[in-house]
Parts: sequence; C-alpha cells; structure tokens
Amino acid sequence: MKNLDRHTIIYWVGFCVVMALLIVAPLVLPVFWAKFLTEVLIWGLLAMSSDLLIGYTGMVSFGHSAFFGLGMYGAAAALLIVHPGNVWLAILFGFAGAAGAALFVAYFSTRLRDIYFAITTLIFSQIFYVIIFTWTSVTGGENGLIFTRPHLTFAWFYDARFNLTTLHWFVLAIVAGSYLFLRRVTQSPFGKVLQSIRENEFRTRAIGYPVERYKIVSVLLSGLFAGLAGVLYAVQNEFAAPDFVYFITSGDTVIFNVMGGIGTLVGPIVGAGFFQLLRELMSRIFGDQFPYLIPLGFIFIAMIIFLPQGLLGFARRWLNR
Amino acid sequence: MLAVISAIPFDLLLIQTVNGIVTGMILALVASGLTLIFGIMDVVNFAHGELFMLGAYVGVIVMVATGNFWLALIISFLVIALLGAVIQIVTLRPLIGRDPLNTILVTFGFSLILQNFALWYFGPVARRMPAPILSHFTLFYLDYPWYRLVIAGLSAAIIGGFWLFLKYSKFGVWIRATTQDRVMAQAMGIPVPWVLTGVFALGAGMAAASGVLFAPLVGVDHSMGLDWVLKAFIVVVVGGMGSLGGSVVAAIFISLLESYASIWVNPSQAVIVSFVVLILTLLFKPTGLFATPK
Repeated sequence: MKNLDRHTIIYWVGFCVVMALLIVAPLVLPVFWAKFLTEVLIWGLLAMSSDLLIGYTGMVSFGHSAFFGLGMYGAAAALLIVHPGNVWLAILFGFAGAAGAALFVAYFSTRLRDIYFAITTLIFSQIFYVIIFTWTSVTGGENGLIFTRPHLTFAWFYDARFNLTTLHWFVLAIVAGSYLFLRRVTQSPFGKVLQSIRENEFRTRAIGYPVERYKIVSVLLSGLFAGLAGVLYAVQNEFAAPDFVYFITSGDTVIFNVMGGIGTLVGPIVGAGFFQLLRELMSRIFGDQFPYLIPLGFIFIAMIIFLPQGLLGFARRWLNR
Repeated sequence: MLAVISAIPFDLLLIQTVNGIVTGMILALVASGLTLIFGIMDVVNFAHGELFMLGAYVGVIVMVATGNFWLALIISFLVIALLGAVIQIVTLRPLIGRDPLNTILVTFGFSLILQNFALWYFGPVARRMPAPILSHFTLFYLDYPWYRLVIAGLSAAIIGGFWLFLKYSKFGVWIRATTQDRVMAQAMGIPVPWVLTGVFALGAGMAAASGVLFAPLVGVDHSMGLDWVLKAFIVVVVGGMGSLGGSVVAAIFISLLESYASIWVNPSQAVIVSFVVLILTLLFKPTGLFATPK
C-alpha cells in the first residue's frame, strides 16, 4: 500500500461511506423521503452530465431538457412497444433518442462559443419541445405517454418488476457508475484537452487539437448521460411528458450546477439535493401554493455574486486530483 | 408551375404580409433592446421577455385605472426602466469584469423570479387590454384594425428615435464611447457605471413599451415572456449580436416567413420556420448576417 497517497485513501473511503449511506437509505427512511432521494439522484445525474460541458469544457448548455426529454420518450417507446417492458431495452432506446438530439445540437451549436452556444442550445431544445408537443399522434402531445414500470432483468437468474427499493439501488448504481466514468473521462488525456479548451480555446487550437471535434464529442457524451437520467426519471414516474422537454428543465439543470459547484461532478448532485430540499421545506412551511421559485431565484442570484464557486467549490481541486 | 402559382391565394398573402410586418416591428423593438444591452454591456439579458411581460401588466393596470392608453405606455416605460436600473445596480454591477456567462445566469435568475411573481400576483388568467384605436379599414374581405398599423409605425418611430438619440445626443455619444473603449471613456470623465445603468434601463423600458403596444393584440399572461425572448434571441443571432439595423431586418424577415408559413400550417408549427432560418444562418454565416466586426 506504499504507493497509495493519503488523498487517494481519503477519497475512496469517503466515496464508500457515502455509497453505504445511500444504499442503506431506502431501508431506513420513510417512503416519501426514500423516493425524494431517488429523484434527487436522477436530477443529480442530469446536472452532472451538464457539468461536463459547463465545468470542464466551459460551455454553458441551456438545452439539456432536449436530451433528458428524448431519453424519456425513448424509454417510453421501448416500454410501449415491447411487452413485458425491459429496463435495459428502455436504456438502449433512451440512449438512441438522446444521441440523436445530441448529434443535432452538437453539430450546429459547437460552431459558436460562450453566450451564443448557450442561446442556440436553448433554441434547439425548444425545437424538440415544439415537435414533441405538436406531433400528437406519436408523442401523445400535451398529455404525454403513460406506461408501467419495466422488469429488471439480469441475464437468466433475476427477473422482477421494480419496487421502490430496488429502483433506488438501480438508480444509485447507474449514477455512481456514471460518476466514476465521467470522473475517469475528465482525468483522461481527452478530458485534459476539454479543460484546456475551457482555459484557452485559441491556444488549444494553435497547438493543433481539432477543437470542434472535441467539443462535439463532449456534447454527445453529456447528452447521452442526460438521456440516461431521462430514462431513469421515466421509469420512476411511469410517464413521459412534454413539460420535461420544456426550457424549465434546462434552467433547473443550470441552477443545480451553479448551486452545487461547477467542475466538481459531485457538486451538481449536491446542488440538486439542496434545491429540492429547499423547495420541499418551503412548500411544507408556507403551503403548496407558495411561489417557491421567487426566494430560490434570489438565493441563486446571491450565490452567483457572493459564492460563484458553489457549495462544493472549496473542494474543487481536491475532488479533481 | 402555373397550377402552383394559381394555388397561392394572393389576397391571403397580402394580409399575411401586413401581419408579418406588424409583428416584425414589435419583435424588432424587443430585439433592439436586447441587442443594445448586449452590444454595449456584454450582458445577455435573459429577463428581457419578463420585462416585456411585466411592462404589459403595468400597462394594463394603468389603463384600467386611468383609461388612457398613451399614459399607460409612458408610465409602463418609466416603471420598468426604473426596475431595470435597480436590477442593474444591485446585481449586474458587481459582476462587471467577470465572465459574461455570469450575467446570463443572473438575468436568468431574474426571469424566474419575475415570471413566478407575475403568476403569483396576477394569477394564471390572461388579462385583456382594449386597443386605443378601434376603427377598421377594409382589406379584401377583412375588417383590418388601424391599431395594428399604428403599432408598426410607433415601433418604427421608437427605434428611429433611439437611433437618433444614439447618434446625436450627449448621452448617446457617451454610450457609443463606452462601447468602443470603456477604459478610455472613463479616463475622459464619462461616468461609465452610470452609462451602463442607463443603457440597461433604456433597454428594459423599450421591452416594456413593446409589451404595452402588443398587449391589445393577444392579451397579457405570465408566460408570454419566454416566447418573445426566444424569438428575440433568434433575431439577434441571425441579425448579428450588437447590430441594431441587423436585428430590425432579421425581425421583419423572420416574422414575414412565419406569417406566410401559418397560411399552410398551424401557428405553433410555424415557429419551426424561424428555427430553420437560424440553423441555415449558423451553417453558412455563424456570426450573423449583419454582424459588425468587433
């Protein structure tokens, strides 16, 4: 164990402790909070996928709802066409949907930088929204699509319908796996190039890296994981609705990132939890009708001005080592 | 070929041309506020649509209280300009010198706040606003309201007045100097922070004015902002960020295309036409059609 330094040990011990807590959580928490936690993990995955763009490549995407939504509708297609529904097939279809959207957005938006990228991703996500909203015969239009939860199957030895606990574990496994994968990506040579694009795009280009290709791949990767989050959300809630393709989902994604701390990967999950917790608390204290987004908006603005690094920003270097 | 031409309903085409120019002028007014705030301050104002919406609400309130449309227009302009100034001083001024992406996040926060405030305070039911001019003229088989033409004219007048203001007034010269070189302008004794505040207030006021002008056409509700800010963004990207003339031309062009498209498809799908224009622009001239080199 001599070649393991202190940082690595602390990091993995911390990782295991958090994982252990999250595994035990659905067994000890009341049903509502267990479900809440699962949902936070799913939103966290969405925000984490967007962090690859915001925090590492330096491109703010205001269009992640498109990938999330296409993932949802992809899952819906798989679950409505094939009976009994199979979660792996749903993920495959969700990936296909999200990849289609991501390819389209990546091809056009990566021609632009900074603010222009943000605006065009927003506009592209609205294109998908309009298509899904008006193409009633396929997507169910305003009403969306309803289906039942699929079976979780592992080859030949396990086949059962999801219940809340197994669903939580499944979501947790996928989110943790995605985290480790994305962390590996950001530490790989590929990820280093993305970070150098964030720091200085012109110099990266001058050194000879095909910047556009790197950007397209990073948007694709980000879109795939956002689509995965969409599949999980569809499986958890047993529906796909156009509301989730709407801009508000993208806005929430950006808020989770900024609140949790961009460029940390775990920060966005923390941000998602923080946001949903505040929202839940406010609606418990002030009632359901309370416009919780008004105080949350002010908190968000105050954080940008006074705490631009986000909640986990202080640990950014440490987490990325 | 002949069959195709004769299949085009020319009267409908002319009516849609007029409609397109009217909405195009309002869109131009919204987009020119947006492009000015960007061109001068490097701020992408995400809350622009919400200022448009709030402006329309203030207009409705004043209209109900006093019954005078023109008073409503002026008061709404002033109130929202003041709101814009407050937003700029409190939240955007501390961000000067930081990455411009921070400003898009802050104004996005404001758009959330303002939209939810409007929903909570005014309720989800759309408000109606009576038009100040009720007379019609005959356009083929339609009774076309004069008010629509007045809107187009007024929008053009406001944009033109603004252009003259930028070109000839002292404050306009200050604004242009600040755009060209902020540090040098400061050195010459121009109060740059207040110029920036003034520009934001002016842009906000223009959004409010277009909101009031537009309100009699469809009514006012809390969600109208996003549609407009999206369209304005498309216009600004197609026309070239920071180019006033470009955004006017692009606004009219896109609105015309959309209203022609809505002869054949329903209006919610006609939006796709402007998306197509955007995609084509990005493919062939990503800096916008009329971008001024900066």
